Order: sequence, then structure tokens, then C-alpha cells
Amino acid sequence: MATLELSLPEEVEQPVRRRRRLGFLFWFAICWIVIVFVLAIFAPILPLQNPVDMDMLERRAWFSSEHWLGTDGLGRDELARLVYGARVSLTVGLCAPMIGLVAGGALGLLAGYFRGRFETLVVGSMDVLLAFPPLIFALAVVAYLGQSIPNLTFILGFLGIPAFMRVSRAATLTLARREFVIAAEALGASHARILLRELLPNVLLPLFAFFLLGVAVTIVVEGSLSFLGLGVPPPMASWGSMIGEGRESLDVTPRLAFLPAVAMFVTVLAFNLVGDTLRAITDPRQGAL
Amino acid sequence: MTQAVAHVPSGEPLLKVDDLVVEYGFGNRTVHAVSGVSLEVARGETLGLVGESGCGKSTLGRAVLQLRRAQSGSVLFDGHDLTAMQGEALRKMRQRVQLIFQDPIASLNPRRRIGDIVAEPLIIAGVKDPAQRKQVVYEVLSAVGLDPDLVVGRLPHEFSGGQCQRICIARALVLNPEFIVCDEPVSALDVSIRAQILNLLEEMKARFGLTLLFIAHDLAVVKAVSDRVAVMYLGRLCEVAPSEQLFARPAHPYTALLLQAIPVPDPDVRPAESVATGEPPSPIAPPSGCRFRTRCPRADQRCSAEMPELREVAPGQFAACHHPLA
Amino acid sequence: MSEALLSIQDVAVELPTPRGTLRAVDHVDLSLEAGRTLGIVGESGCGKTMLSRAILQLLPKKAKLSGRVMFAGQDLVRLAPERLRRLRGRDLAVVFQDPMTSLNPVLTIGTQLIETIQEHLELDALAAKRRSIELLTAVGIPAPEQRLAQYPHQCSGGMRQRIAIAIALSCEPKLLIADEPTTALDVTIQAQILDLLAREQRRRHMAMIIITHDLGVVAGRTDEVAVMYAGRVVERAPTPALFKRMHMPYTEALLAAIPKLETAPHTPLPAISGRPPDPTRPVPGCSFAPRCRYAAGRCHQAKPELVAGETAGHVYACFHPIQMAEGVGA
Repeated sequence: MATLELSLPEEVEQPVRRRRRLGFLFWFAICWIVIVFVLAIFAPILPLQNPVDMDMLERRAWFSSEHWLGTDGLGRDELARLVYGARVSLTVGLCAPMIGLVAGGALGLLAGYFRGRFETLVVGSMDVLLAFPPLIFALAVVAYLGQSIPNLTFILGFLGIPAFMRVSRAATLTLARREFVIAAEALGASHARILLRELLPNVLLPLFAFFLLGVAVTIVVEGSLSFLGLGVPPPMASWGSMIGEGRESLDVTPRLAFLPAVAMFVTVLAFNLVGDTLRAITDPRQGAL
Repeated sequence: MTQAVAHVPSGEPLLKVDDLVVEYGFGNRTVHAVSGVSLEVARGETLGLVGESGCGKSTLGRAVLQLRRAQSGSVLFDGHDLTAMQGEALRKMRQRVQLIFQDPIASLNPRRRIGDIVAEPLIIAGVKDPAQRKQVVYEVLSAVGLDPDLVVGRLPHEFSGGQCQRICIARALVLNPEFIVCDEPVSALDVSIRAQILNLLEEMKARFGLTLLFIAHDLAVVKAVSDRVAVMYLGRLCEVAPSEQLFARPAHPYTALLLQAIPVPDPDVRPAESVATGEPPSPIAPPSGCRFRTRCPRADQRCSAEMPELREVAPGQFAACHHPLA
Repeated sequence: MSEALLSIQDVAVELPTPRGTLRAVDHVDLSLEAGRTLGIVGESGCGKTMLSRAILQLLPKKAKLSGRVMFAGQDLVRLAPERLRRLRGRDLAVVFQDPMTSLNPVLTIGTQLIETIQEHLELDALAAKRRSIELLTAVGIPAPEQRLAQYPHQCSGGMRQRIAIAIALSCEPKLLIADEPTTALDVTIQAQILDLLAREQRRRHMAMIIITHDLGVVAGRTDEVAVMYAGRVVERAPTPALFKRMHMPYTEALLAAIPKLETAPHTPLPAISGRPPDPTRPVPGCSFAPRCRYAAGRCHQAKPELVAGETAGHVYACFHPIQMAEGVGA
């Protein structure tokens, strides 16, 4: 007769280090984002020219030791404008999705957990918000409150709330039915504790991946709005407004539109790449092999 | 080695479920998950609850813990009516009643470390001192056969199903509860692991003086751990009896059908050609009268007209049937 | 002995994983004659499902397969994809564990059944429909004509498994592989489905492989049983011989660990300590040795090969076989 084996501790293997091959592209993306951030943050103390100083004698100048990337149609230093434009693009690009992340994420979490009438109300109001034409909303706010970076951030952030709400609600809905949530409830945990300790850490990751995507989209949207003249007020530079200004001299100096476009393209691509990779590697596997 | 102890329900039961009804909406229809179930569990006893999927056994288990609210009826735990409790009082009471789930991996938060998961009940219960928490967590993890030093810092996905179930048992035990509802605790596990976990539950029961409600669909598993067994079919109890008696002389035709259907690991026992017994009807529209009558070989007019009540057919053996087996 | 319908020769399956190469099936030999039933028993991760996938040539793309799978005189491993596709569903059919996922949720049962029939047998729509109704009646589905118009989600689990069996039987296969056909079902339904499979198998004189983790399922319903552990067949014998006298300690322990109805409540179960080995890190000796109570020095160093037992057709891989009926649970 075999005996009980309870006295034997269950052997637990040491974890196998999984090698995480992130690839060249991921590191390239990280490098690019770091460079853009450093340039944007330290722009005022870097030996750059003033981005709004005009030099009518040096209009559309070619690359030189004085103007590394040449000058634009009003003789302003292109490099300085690119770096200062990054400040605007990044400020708006990071702050606006943050509004969506916090407000939309919280609403979605609550709606997915509590369900019922609250959920119906939240989902309904988000549908209304989605149905409202975003461009008209942007126009109305700009016309009423004026053109400024905070206003632009607010508009873009507000418009992002429904999308974040949906991501967060969908994740919560599937998680709230999982047994570990019921287990917490059976332990006598309060709603707040279940929301913050059990659900939030699990919802945060899909939200964060979506946030990085949101950063990329917002940079593009900010560019489009600035291109349309609804973005930052001139003479301030942003990548979108630079492309817009460069458009007038596309035939003579295509680089004026092309350089900010490339900057925007690479930055957006970098954010998307990092977002995708992070989502892939931080997902804990559902079952041990 | 533990000896078989014949637990005879005596004195005031620890848990007393009285005429419990649980219904919930499904689209615009109503699922009659539990329809008037009454049962008692004595202190120190293990009551097995068996039935096929959809019979409402899990719903009953959750309704006992007030994870699903009952439409009517009462759940008396140690003299307190849980169905009447709200908020803080209920949260306090939940620390005395715990739950173990079928899927051990899904019942652990994938993003929290084992140490935190097992300590969580203590934090909720208001144990402020981290050193004290750590000591209790270490004790309980060793008790379930895991090496605390190797385990606490890891995430659930690094463990096998059997190990996760050990962790779940540790979490359920950490507050020193009196009563544990085990909802199919071994169904998701392999045969060799299943025996380990069943033995562990038995040992923990003896060591911590627990009372168990053991829910499962496997009669043999239930018999291995239970003092008494309740058989459930479509939201109602068919039969309640001491384990040995129930398996030796089933009184309800449904119990007999269940026993007959178990595959026996012995080639000499030729499986009896199963009678065409069909499938359970939907709990959305349960049959009138006796709910088992649509599959019952003994059913007649009376069974469709009149709902059988549980009555004592032999000492300690109760069956809800108009035509119980001799 | 007649010519085997299916003969698996030295089949090995390797899967690359982030933790290293996983040897799911480790050089397995099996054979099966027409009209006979083979049970493959093992716990999750023992490679029994991968073996069935290897027979069907339905392995994941990354998997590496070696060895030969001879079916009715042809090697399936080297068969052209087009011929293989024609063979599957027609001569080789399969029933999976979860009928909810193996049936297409957006097509009616009739469409799925009739399509299979028309694809493999040259029948017109009317004849195919008539045949579908016959099949559904044969697998015990009441009101088959109405069922044809329904979708899988409108049926219960047991009904869906019956439908999956009807689809598998639709082209009179020579071999039916049932991969855990009743694991997702309730015990009363399980008995019905197993009876149905046994009845149809006898009637159609087809060969059948039942893959399961439950020794009870194979005991009364198979001619031969192969027990798998860590990717290898560790014991194989005609069913009565196996249950009469097990030689491999794993088989014995597996049987002993099942709770029995005869034992009194609160009897501790003879559990197998530990857990199956990590298939990405093979052990040098017998893979069951770390959990085996008979294991001695040699077991940890050398891998035991399959050797013949006393009864004809009984083979086992163990250095310290259980000789007499000393164990066997009770």
C-alpha cells in the first residue's frame, strides 16, 4: 500500500529564464524616442537658434554650418523649429491620451465591474460623444476658447475618452467573471479593493498598450489640426504647422514639408513598435507549460 | 493514517439552508437554478453535493456564501442568517466561510505574487503587522506542502494546476475559517494529482477542524471524502444519505442511474448497456411534478402531477421520490 | 495475425518552445487491426493528443515529425497533401473532446453534415440529405429532420458530441480516432456516448482509437490498452491481461489513485507523489523514476526499453516490474 505523501514538500522548480529577444527595431525605436525626448526637454538650454527669429535675407537657405537643416520660408532655423515642434507634439501627444486613459479607463473599469444602469449610462453617453463630429467640436472649442496648447490637449483628450472606455470596459468584463475576482469577493474584500488590487493591474496593461497607440494617433491628429490652422497659434512651431507652411513651397523646397513629416513618421512608428512589443512580452502566460 | 470516522449529525448544525430559491434572468427568461433546497451540515462534517452540470450545485454553493443572492429562503451559519446580512457584517462573516474553485489557475490573479495572494485575506481582515502576516503565510504554505521560500515571490503561471490548487487551499485556510465550500476542487486536475489534493483536503480538515461542503460531479470522488452525500438534479435535492448507505442502497432512481453510469476500471465488469435515458431538460422550463420524471423508468401519472418531497426512506436516508427503490 | 490497418513505427514529435525543444512523442510504436479498439491512456501532457495529431498529420506547423505512420498500406507522413486531405474525413475520421469548438458555430448542422458527405462521397443533394437523416437517427438524435436546420449552440453538449460522431461516421471511415470524446460531458451522457461509439464500431467493423485519461473508460470498451507517460508508451497489453496483471508501476499507481466506490469514505488515496517531468528537460533514466516507489539506481541512469511480459502481446518498459497481482488498488 502506498503511503500518503503529504509530508514531502511539493518540489518547485527554479524558474527558467526566458530569453527575451527584443530585436533591433525595438531598440532603435527606444533610442529614437529617447533622443526626441531629450532634445524636446532640453531645447531651451541647447545651443539652438531662436525658432521664431526671422532672417529675411536667408529665406529657404540650404544646409549650412549656421543653419544645419537650412531655413524655412521666413528665414527661421529649421532645426530649431523641428526641436521646438517636437515639444508641442510630445506635450499634446502625451497629455491628451493621458486624459483619455484616466477618465476613460476609470469609467470603463467601473462600468465593467458594476454593470447595470451605470454601465448603460456610461456606454450611452460615450456613444453620443462618438457620434458628434470631432472636427466641428474642435472648431467650436477653438473658436470659443481660443487657440492654445492646453485647449488643443483638452480637445484631443476629451475625444479619446470613449475609445479608452471601451478598451477598459471590455477587459474588465472578461476579468470580472474570472474566479480570482469572485475569490476576492468571497474573502470579504471591498469593491474598492477588488477594483484597485485585482482588476486594475490586469486592465492597466491593455490600457497602456492602447495609450502608446493613442500617443501615435494624437501626434498625427495634432499635426492635422495644426496643418488646418486649428492647432498651435503661429509663430509657434509644431510638426503639423511646419508641414502646412512647407506646403506653399513644395515645388521649390520640398524638404520644408518633408523634414517634419519624416520626424513625425518615425516618432509615430517608434511609439507603435514599442507599444506592440511591450504588450507581447509583459503578458503573463495563462498556464505553465 | 486517518481512520474513517462516522460523523453523525448531532446538536446544532453549523450550516442550515432552508428552502433556498435562486433564480436569475437569462435573456428575457428565468433560469430556475435552485428551487427550494434545504440541507444541514453538522460541525466537523463533510457533506458531498453531487449532480450533473447545470443542476445548480455550484449556484447553491455560491448562494451559501452570498456570492449570489437568493430570491427566498435562508442560510443560517452558526445561528446567523447570512441572507439578511449586508455590507460590513457580511464581510466579517465571510472570513469564517471560504471557497475553493474548480479552476485553480483562473482563481489566482495572474499579476500578483503568491505571497501577496495568500496574504490578501489577512490584509482584508485587518492584520496590520507585516511580520505577523508573513509568519502566518509561511505556516499555511508549508501546511499545504509547498516550500514558502521558493513560492512567495513567484507568479501563478509558473506553477502547475496541482500546485495552484495547493496555493488556493492555502489562501482559503489562512484566516482559519470554520467552513469551506469546495466547488469541484479536483475536476480540472489529472488523476495522479487529484489523489494528492483529495488527501491534502482531508488532512487539512482534520488539522484545522473544518466543516466542508464538497461539490463535485464525480460520485467516487465525493464518496472518498464525504460523511453524507446530497444528490441534486435540476435545482432540487433527490436524495440525502450517509455515504456508505447511499452507495450501497440508493433510494432515488436518479442516484441509481448516476452509479450505473460510472465507468469501472475493471474489464470483467462489462458496462451495462445504458438505458435510453436521454438528457436533462433545461432549467429554464423544468418539468412539472418530479423534475426527474422525463428520464425516470419508474415515472407515472403521479410523478407529473405531484412534486415529491424529501422523506425518510431508511434511517438517516432521505429521498424525494414517489416510487423509491427498495 | 492479419495485416494491421494502422501501424505507427518509431514516431517522434518535437516542438520548439521558448524553453527549449519539447519532445511530445518519444519514439512510439503501435499497431491496430481493422475492427479492433485501442485505448491510449495518459495524463495531460503525456503526448497522447500529439500522437493522435501525428496519425492524422494535423500537427502544428513548427512540429518536427519523424518515423512512419502506415495506414492501409500507405505512409501518411510522405503522402501528398491532396491525397492526405481526401483520406482524412473519408477513411480516417476524428471526434474531438469539445464538440462546441469542433463544429462551426455559424453553419447549421445540416450544412456541415451534408457538405462532408458530398465532399467525400459522390451523392446529389437529396441523397446526401437522406443519408444525414439516417446518420442522425443512428447516433440517437430524436427528430433528425428538425435538427438539420439548427445551429450547434442550440444543442446540448451531449447532442453536439452525437452530431460530431455522425459527421465522423458519415463516410464509413476505416479508422475513428476519439480524442477524449467524453471528458467535457456529464457522467450519464458519457456512458451513452461510449455505448454509441462501441455500437457503431461493431456495426461498421471499423478500427477505433479512444484517447482518454480515465482507465475506467478503456477497461470495458477496448481490446488493447497503451499507457503513455512523458511521451513514451510505457506499457501495452490486451485489456484483460493489463487489468489482471500490471507490470509497470506507473499503470498500477494510476489505477490505485482513482477513488473507488467500494472503499469507505475518508480512506486516504494512494497518491503518486510529485508531478510529471518537464518535457523540455528530459531525464537520463526512466522518466517515471523520480515518482516511482520501486525505483533503484539503475532506473535513474538508463532508459528501460519495452520488453515482453508473460502474456502474449503484453509489453512494458520497466527494470523492476510488478510480477504478481500484489498491487492493483484494492
